[in-house]
Amino acid sequence: MTRLILRRLALLVPTLLGLSVLLFLWVRALPGGPATALLGERATPEAVARINQLYGFDRPLPQQYLTWLGQLLQGNFGVSTRTGRPVLDEFLARFPATIELSLLGLLVAVGLGIPLGYVAARRQGRLVDHAAVVASLLGVTIPVFFLAFLLKWLFAVQLGWFPSAGRQSSAMIATHPTGFYVLDGVLTREWDASWNALTHLVLPALALGTIPLAIIARITRASVIDVQHADYVRTARAKGLSGPHVRGRVILHNAMLPVSTTIGLQIGLLLSGAVLTETVFAFPGVGKFLADAVFDLDYAVLQGFILLIAVVYALVNLAVDVSYGLIDPRMRTR
Amino acid sequence: MSAPEVYEVPQQGPVDAGAALAEDRRAGEALWRVALRRLVRNPAAILGALVVVAFVLVALLAPVIAPFGPGELPGRADVRPTFIPGPSADHPLGIDRYGADLFSQLVWGARASLLIGVLATLLGLAGGMLLGLVAGTFGGWVDSAAMRLVDLMLAVPSLLLAVSIAAVAGQSPSSVVLAIGVVQVPVFARLLRGSMLAQKGQDYVLAARSLGLSRRTVTMSHVLPNSVSPVIVQATLLLATAVIEAAALSFLGLGGGSPTTAEWGRMLVAAQNELEIAPRLALWPGICISVTALGFTLFGEALREALDPRSRRR
Repeated sequence: MTRLILRRLALLVPTLLGLSVLLFLWVRALPGGPATALLGERATPEAVARINQLYGFDRPLPQQYLTWLGQLLQGNFGVSTRTGRPVLDEFLARFPATIELSLLGLLVAVGLGIPLGYVAARRQGRLVDHAAVVASLLGVTIPVFFLAFLLKWLFAVQLGWFPSAGRQSSAMIATHPTGFYVLDGVLTREWDASWNALTHLVLPALALGTIPLAIIARITRASVIDVQHADYVRTARAKGLSGPHVRGRVILHNAMLPVSTTIGLQIGLLLSGAVLTETVFAFPGVGKFLADAVFDLDYAVLQGFILLIAVVYALVNLAVDVSYGLIDPRMRTR
Repeated sequence: MSAPEVYEVPQQGPVDAGAALAEDRRAGEALWRVALRRLVRNPAAILGALVVVAFVLVALLAPVIAPFGPGELPGRADVRPTFIPGPSADHPLGIDRYGADLFSQLVWGARASLLIGVLATLLGLAGGMLLGLVAGTFGGWVDSAAMRLVDLMLAVPSLLLAVSIAAVAGQSPSSVVLAIGVVQVPVFARLLRGSMLAQKGQDYVLAARSLGLSRRTVTMSHVLPNSVSPVIVQATLLLATAVIEAAALSFLGLGGGSPTTAEWGRMLVAAQNELEIAPRLALWPGICISVTALGFTLFGEALREALDPRSRRR
């Protein structure tokens, strides 16, 4: 198990190096070059020349790359042209918000998707099954930002049940030791602050979780249908194991392997979806900041955020792979 | 004791490579004919096909169907800061903030979506098949290099990859096409390579090779034709994704054009500010995107089922 983790971590290094080369060349491919990335689109030629000399953008590319890589390793991801603050600081300030949102979205997806898929498979061909299949098909084809719109319009604008924007009401005075607002409220015993942050999370998390929910429900359904007719299930029944034991320990456990792969694959979807969902709900996370950076062509932020998100994405995928070993002992030896 | 049975050894004539090829082709045809028969019997496939055909027809016949041109603002005089006129006899779905006829905008938007979706998927298909073909044919270090490149592209969540490409290429519809196409390349490349590797181990490929056919002939007329069906299925499914992603990119402001450009994603952005006074402005383009994506998904999945020998038993 430890060897597996170490090997996967070692494989991560060439991928991230390759990605850093691409991102390095990406900024060089910009019209106006890297000086534009630092100064923005409206920079004067003199300022560009000064920056080129100051930062060594006139030196050979390999030399520039190594210098830049050295800075990255020291945690220097450049400065946002829009806010004037270091890119890493901006990322770290917003990352807890996105984690909170993604975790709740994933919770919605897994918590509803697996039971839905399981029930549909057990009642295959009945009304519940057909309803689940249609619902999950709709869930896959509805764009996440449109769903976010619908939720916002219905539950925030029309019904007023939930707030329509932000992470916490601006009137709320709360301390934030960790940056995870819901957790902060619990830690500091400011329960109303925690509750307030949670109500802000509900609609974005529902929007973000729906597509993964639909996918997880479909895979669970297909997987349970496959497994419940397997020979070992019949054997388990013939041995006289109780119904709940067969359903829980035999069918559900064995059906979970493709499902856990699918859950792992949803992480990318959640991170992509966060950009759109956070934009609709003006939720101040990594995604919203990235979308604003796209709008303002803040290349330093784009470059740094994409690299950092790729690191997070790779680490999460690694964690998911390792978790397979917990579900399927056969995977541990590989 | 009974007499030992005598088995008749079948007489083997000289092997006719041409006949083997023709046989192969017939089998290929049969696969698609069987698939078509299964598609016609599947109500989901029919529904999906109807949606796709309707979408394509609307896109192609936009000048005939739409009562107003793509940039026309017939209702500009009727719009007030706090009031946007709803449906009327002249404008069946009402008008938008700038005074454009919503129905016409949706029809022209179908054309934009079809163009971007098809072009992007073709681009991704071409790039991905080329990469997958090279990797699957040559194997060895070529395969490793191609797959490392694919891994690299998959190391970034798809929308972020698309955003970074579109940001460099400039804000225009063609950069959206490029971005979505490039994002699809690794998907097609992996699929074709995997499918080709599976086919390469098959007996008929060994047979073709032992007949002395060149590697090019074996690859191009045996392995490739038998490997493309999952790729075609994926292309149909990715058309749905392309339509959604195109809307997402223009939603993020990367599609270019003016606020009155008839494009579903852009119409949704514009509607964001009018959510309280005219939610229908967001509702209609959203429904259009969803229904189109649903059509391609239904058809693509039915196609996958029809082509997949494993699902035939069910």
